[in-house]
Amino acid sequence: MSVMVEPLPQKPWETTRKQRASTALLLAIAALLSWLLISLTGLNGKAGYLSAFFVIAATLVFIQQLRLRNLAAANDSLLSSFALLGMVITVIPIVSIVATVIVKGYKGIHFGLFFNDMSLNSVNDPINQGGLLHALLGTIIMVGGALIISFPIGVLTALYLTEIRGRLSRPIKFLVQAMSGVPSIVAGLFILSSLVYPITKSLSGMMGSFALSILMIPTIARTAEEMLLLIPNELREAGVALGGTQWRTVAGVVLPAAKSGLVTAVILGMARIIGETAPLLLVSGGGDSVNLNPTSGPMGSLPYYIWKAFLTGGTEEAFARAWGGLLVLLAFIFILFGSARLISGRKVM
Amino acid sequence: MSIQELAIPTPRELTTKPRRSDQIFRGVVTVGGMASLVILGLIALFLSLKGIHILQEEKLNFITSSKWEVITDDTGSIAESSFGIGAMLVGTFLCALIAIIVGVPIAVLSALYLTFYAKGAAKKILVSLIDLMAAFPSLLYGFWGFFIFMSSAEYWAKLLNKYFGFIPFFDVPAPIFERSPFIAGLVLAIMIIPIVTSISREIFDQTPLDRIQAAYALGASKLAMIRAVVIPYGRGGVIGGAMLGLGRAMGETVAVYTVLNVVYQINWQVLFGAGGNVASLILLKFGEAGPYEVDALMAAGLILFVLTLFVNAAADLLITRFGGKGR
Repeated sequence: MSVMVEPLPQKPWETTRKQRASTALLLAIAALLSWLLISLTGLNGKAGYLSAFFVIAATLVFIQQLRLRNLAAANDSLLSSFALLGMVITVIPIVSIVATVIVKGYKGIHFGLFFNDMSLNSVNDPINQGGLLHALLGTIIMVGGALIISFPIGVLTALYLTEIRGRLSRPIKFLVQAMSGVPSIVAGLFILSSLVYPITKSLSGMMGSFALSILMIPTIARTAEEMLLLIPNELREAGVALGGTQWRTVAGVVLPAAKSGLVTAVILGMARIIGETAPLLLVSGGGDSVNLNPTSGPMGSLPYYIWKAFLTGGTEEAFARAWGGLLVLLAFIFILFGSARLISGRKVM
Repeated sequence: MSIQELAIPTPRELTTKPRRSDQIFRGVVTVGGMASLVILGLIALFLSLKGIHILQEEKLNFITSSKWEVITDDTGSIAESSFGIGAMLVGTFLCALIAIIVGVPIAVLSALYLTFYAKGAAKKILVSLIDLMAAFPSLLYGFWGFFIFMSSAEYWAKLLNKYFGFIPFFDVPAPIFERSPFIAGLVLAIMIIPIVTSISREIFDQTPLDRIQAAYALGASKLAMIRAVVIPYGRGGVIGGAMLGLGRAMGETVAVYTVLNVVYQINWQVLFGAGGNVASLILLKFGEAGPYEVDALMAAGLILFVLTLFVNAAADLLITRFGGKGR
């Protein structure tokens, strides 16, 4: 009597060790060949090496698939090679940008940076003199001001789209989208033409806040809308079923439930405008000393500080200052983005 | 205690009419919801108020001519002026077009990679990297483009000119390859890649699973499945995403100003180091502009505003019609 052999579960679609080894071998051969190509011909540079490697590796994988299977599989492998290439090209700049800012920026960072302003120094002075206290405070004040204006408007827009759902929902959604495409320089021009020239006649931090809030409102409105849509409808129904009016339901149930989502909206809105340069160049005045009064006098900001060091300088020190400022700015963006992710615990933006 | 002393609650009137509190609430929210309409209207209104007399004086010349000059007489008052943003409009479209041509294919490929190839933790990390990249300020892209990217791009421009110089686009009048529209276009491409990638990815994600599985069940390879199912389904949305990128690239100020050598002339030769766009013109001329010239800049801003509004409207229409939430 023969013994029944129970078949072991198998996964024939998984890549075997042999296949993995052959792919690794192919890539090694491609690396070698492209190195040869670079050293023997006129082709050079990192981009040259990358493109040579890609062409050779894609061809080798294509031939391998053609030999093992058929033309369809080989064409399929070409698509996966190209998709990977696209991904690599997308990631290279971001890695390069972050690495550059860190490598070049740390030279511009020193202890006094956060305690001094530039009122007594020019951008070409030695790097350990002066600082960006005025820029930091200015940015915080202006972003805070923009937040005070944008948060109510953004949340009300989101509430209109999710709770009221009136006849105008579709057009409003469209307009919010259109508003997020307003070029930042146009926001600056708008504040100039509507507030600065006819009314205040002077540049100040508050004008900067107004210009920034035009760019911030659509971000807050859209993120808040997304977050409010995540609140299950059962909660609203429960609120109404308990006898609450719509106002009580929204204020007592929906908004508290969406609290972390709204905080995320605020953080993303701040990340959107913190590095905005063009409107501040037009309307904030951009001073070199600490100014805590947003209603009068020019107010500095991080982007303005970087911009000034870059444009008016030209020396090593000025560029180091600009990169140092960029590092501080990038750190802010990282912190904002990280906390948004932490709070919402889901895909943001 | 007698029965009369107990107050018998009167039945509440049943009505569908909203309470006073709800009326107020709905009123406030509706007014707040109109904010975007009001703000966009005000932008158009105030820019026109300041700029309309320039447009009336220059008529169509404002768009077609390429002269931007103010001649003042001895007393400092304006004797003669002519404003035309033709050269800058050409530059705007040129840079944005380069950005689209280079950026969109790369963005679509990486969206395909993220949707159909990447798995698990790697996918999560890549998605958040791309979201982060979309939040980088343009100042950062401008600096990186100027200090780091320029030398590589200049070398590529030289290669293009060497081997494709017979095409008029790639010809140059003088061997100056630095700070050209080509390089600005590439920097803009890098800026729009994250935007277009995340929209394309969202749209590819919405491809009906049953159709994907049906294609696989019929024996399709991934390539055949993507060609037969994903591309037809997502085409409109991806085009919408590309238009959104176009709008962003057209309105970009600081990055273009940093990278590009802003020169006031029509320049079709993308590799030659001269060009500009409307936004960078505004930034360039604003510093030294008198009140009259500022009005002309407002008019230029109005044109830019209307242009980007149209592009964004078209993009939004395409994206909502073909799925995807847009950005």
